[in-house]
Amino acid sequence: MSIKIAIASGKGGTGKTTVSVNLFHFIKENITQSVQLVDCDVEEPNDAIFFPNYQVQEVIDVNQLIPTIDHVKCTYCRKCVEYCEFNAIVIIASKHYADVNPALCHSCGACAYICPENAIEEKAHLIGEIQPFNNSCQPPLLEGRLVIGSPMQTMVIKDLVNSSLLKADIQLLDAPPGTSCPVVATLSQTDYTILVTEPSPFGLHDLKLMIELLHEIKQPFGVVINKADDQFPEMEEYLLKSNIEVIGKIPFSTNYAYLYAQGKILQNISEDIQKVYEQILTQINSKVQIYA
Amino acid sequence: MEIVITSAGDKLTDKFDLRFGRAAYFCVYNTQDKTSKFVSNDIVNVQGGAGTKSAEKMIELGVKRVISGDFGPKAKQLLNKFEIQMVMLDESDSTIESIIAKISK
Repeated sequence: MSIKIAIASGKGGTGKTTVSVNLFHFIKENITQSVQLVDCDVEEPNDAIFFPNYQVQEVIDVNQLIPTIDHVKCTYCRKCVEYCEFNAIVIIASKHYADVNPALCHSCGACAYICPENAIEEKAHLIGEIQPFNNSCQPPLLEGRLVIGSPMQTMVIKDLVNSSLLKADIQLLDAPPGTSCPVVATLSQTDYTILVTEPSPFGLHDLKLMIELLHEIKQPFGVVINKADDQFPEMEEYLLKSNIEVIGKIPFSTNYAYLYAQGKILQNISEDIQKVYEQILTQINSKVQIYA
Repeated sequence: MEIVITSAGDKLTDKFDLRFGRAAYFCVYNTQDKTSKFVSNDIVNVQGGAGTKSAEKMIELGVKRVISGDFGPKAKQLLNKFEIQMVMLDESDSTIESIIAKISK
């Protein structure tokens, strides 16, 4: 049985990637080699930057089925237009015009099903890629990458989190920012979620949205306060009052931000940082068993 | 020639609606006989595709020009394809009749 742990935040820039990359590193060093880091931020995946030695092994296409309308068979009856929940089909009988807008289509197949003339055929349309790094059997790092301009990030994430390449004992899913569909898709099958936040009004605001979401989908979670300082006590007051567990606090450090900007957070890790992550892993282990 | 002005209501004294796909009504104005009629936008509350659907409506109505605040990329593409002229007007306080007066000059 593998354990899936998502790292999410609501607000962007709180440190999802920092925490994901570090957890991956410390699990690999201290617990097991059977760990995978999955970069689900398909609009701008960046986990790979911290692993300069990892090489892309292959590129797996993610396709969306988009209907195409055969203008010879089409009688412009508009049945497909009525069936399309997403207003993706435009039929103008007087102009003999029938077309599908891929940016609106959700590939449900209803139009092809209902067409009485069999004039609709679904064709593969590239929306993204899945890239496994370093090993084609159990890649330590995988990333999803959305085709520029495509609005179908959720579909790419679903393919990524359901990929047969995800088979390590511990799988870490680095979620995209926000609390909308792409995040829900990332969290769909996880055992535990780490919410990374920062002590700022914006951080707290979005953390609350994220907590609401996790209550809604009934999933266990804990909070990591990154860039912790004494400037915004409201954060911890809220968490205490709401009885939400803080599983770790990472102190604010300008020097650490420099290291991050250079992509070097896994080189010369300080003792303080090491301690923080060991503590976080102990806390996670008390929720989902990660130590064998 | 018939032109459409996006409108917040179904009377000439109602305000101009800056939104194209989400406009409450489309005022269809005939420049020859100076008549106007209001067509309600029944897809005003759809989740997505309002621009595309409204563009489809313009084509079906057979109008040659649309006056609105702005047009989204999907609506633009379709209106361009069928050579319907898009006129952008940044006047949220104007009424439909004042815009008709302006274009009748």
